[in-house]
Amino acid sequence: MNKALKRYFPLFILPTLAAFIIGFIAPFIMGLWLSFCEFTTVQNATFVGFKNYARAFSDPTFLYSLGFTALFAVTSLVIINIAAFALATVLTRKLKGTNIFRTIFFMPNLIGGIVLGYIWQLILNGILINFNVALNLSAKYGFWGLIVLTCWQQIGYMMVIYIAGLQTIPGELNEAADIDGATGRQRLFSITIPMMKPSITICTFLTIINGFKLFDQNLALTAGEPARATEMLALNIFNTFYGRVGFEGVGQAKAVMFFILVVSIGLIQLRVTRGKEAR
Amino acid sequence: MSGKKITRGVASVFLAVLSLVYVYPLFIILINSFKLKTFINLEPFKFPNENTWVGVENYQSGIDNYGLLSGVGWTLMITIGSVIVILLFCSMFAWFITRVNSVFSKILYILCVFSMVVPFQMVMFTLSKTADTLKLNTPWGIIIIYLGFGTGLAVFLFSGFVKGIPLEIEEAATIDGCSPPVIFFRIVLPIMQPTYISIGILQTMWIWNDFLLPYLVLDQRRYRTISMIIQSMRGSYGRVDMGAIMACLVMAVIPMIVFYLCAQKHIIEGVAAGAVKG
Repeated sequence: MNKALKRYFPLFILPTLAAFIIGFIAPFIMGLWLSFCEFTTVQNATFVGFKNYARAFSDPTFLYSLGFTALFAVTSLVIINIAAFALATVLTRKLKGTNIFRTIFFMPNLIGGIVLGYIWQLILNGILINFNVALNLSAKYGFWGLIVLTCWQQIGYMMVIYIAGLQTIPGELNEAADIDGATGRQRLFSITIPMMKPSITICTFLTIINGFKLFDQNLALTAGEPARATEMLALNIFNTFYGRVGFEGVGQAKAVMFFILVVSIGLIQLRVTRGKEAR
Repeated sequence: MSGKKITRGVASVFLAVLSLVYVYPLFIILINSFKLKTFINLEPFKFPNENTWVGVENYQSGIDNYGLLSGVGWTLMITIGSVIVILLFCSMFAWFITRVNSVFSKILYILCVFSMVVPFQMVMFTLSKTADTLKLNTPWGIIIIYLGFGTGLAVFLFSGFVKGIPLEIEEAATIDGCSPPVIFFRIVLPIMQPTYISIGILQTMWIWNDFLLPYLVLDQRRYRTISMIIQSMRGSYGRVDMGAIMACLVMAVIPMIVFYLCAQKHIIEGVAAGAVKG
């Protein structure tokens, strides 16, 4: 079987491999190389060492967007996970219409970031106009606008993962707790949360990585306004590439650092998950 | 007991109200898409009345001035084409690297997993240049890009499933004289049907809604997806055609909502399966 299959290598492997090289491997390697070069197109690249990285760090908008993004990621992480967990516990209590509620809460995930951004721009500006302000007037409004949008989008998604986790908790545990006369609070902290650790880990890291990667919603809702004060990391990289000629290398260096940041978060997650399994 | 009933009642009412809050934003863009464009920003929460109701004028404007129909058409074509190509080729790829035990297979698998964590900004610039050089800047060419960029997740999930298929079935077929392509298409592919559905759903949600990849890859003068049209309409800040934007937003959302209502059960299951990759 193994040998017979090997002869069909061109049929099974080549189409995907060719596309994978064009769509990922080649751009990735070129991207790494170009972060050490000065260029405007790929052909005229000249090696400059770590100069792009130094320029990226001397760019105040980059450091600002890094801070803004980190604050955003942590805030959205806390709100989304608490809300999603709460909804999941309510929805696993065999109420009437649970399925309809679940369907509705999940629905915003089907809608693209650009569309979400413009929907919420209309609504939030419609509310803010009553106070004579608008989303693009202050970073504060933009920040909370982005939080509201992300919550609306992601709570349903995390809720689905939490529901799946809650359904794996054996019923006997809760029955035993009932017999022992445990209060709701004791049950939550001594049974539910410890049993839910795998789901909590997944959701925490998903929300934090989504927060760091947020782009479409940021572009559509605020586009970084006012004066780049709501510009997040991904948008900052995009604007460095396509906003100013001569900064392509700096943009690529920022992208490499962004990549390292996201991978590090992923590796931490892997360690947390593995560590739990070992115990 | 009645105390419990009351809490349940309260919870149900709370959930019902929250559901309305969740649906409300979509309802708002729907009613505004029938409103006179100058009134949309002024009174977004009001129903259109006899002075502001314009019927399908905004949709007409979207079609005539912004290419709304061709946008929906191209997005549909790119989404369906890419999903079919990804499902077919990635499942073959995943079956091969799972069944052929070699260093090469292992390297390919690791590369696929690795590509899932790489943010798009990392390859954005070089990918768009590569696509230009290879003349992949058409809706047909972009399917190849989507296959390449979608390989990671699809191969990862397919491999996970292939590992669970007992080898005996395939060995029996080999003894009966079936060649590997026959085994794949007559035996493995039918067994993997549920996996095809969940991966197909994940990819559909991604590609239909994707903005940045088509924006950077496609030749914008000739082809635009619905997300690209919406983003381009923002244009100069003062003279935005809010009516046409509302119509385009509705047209971007409706196909996904229909898709969701048809495959709702599979979607929620598929997402739960896809999330485990975390």
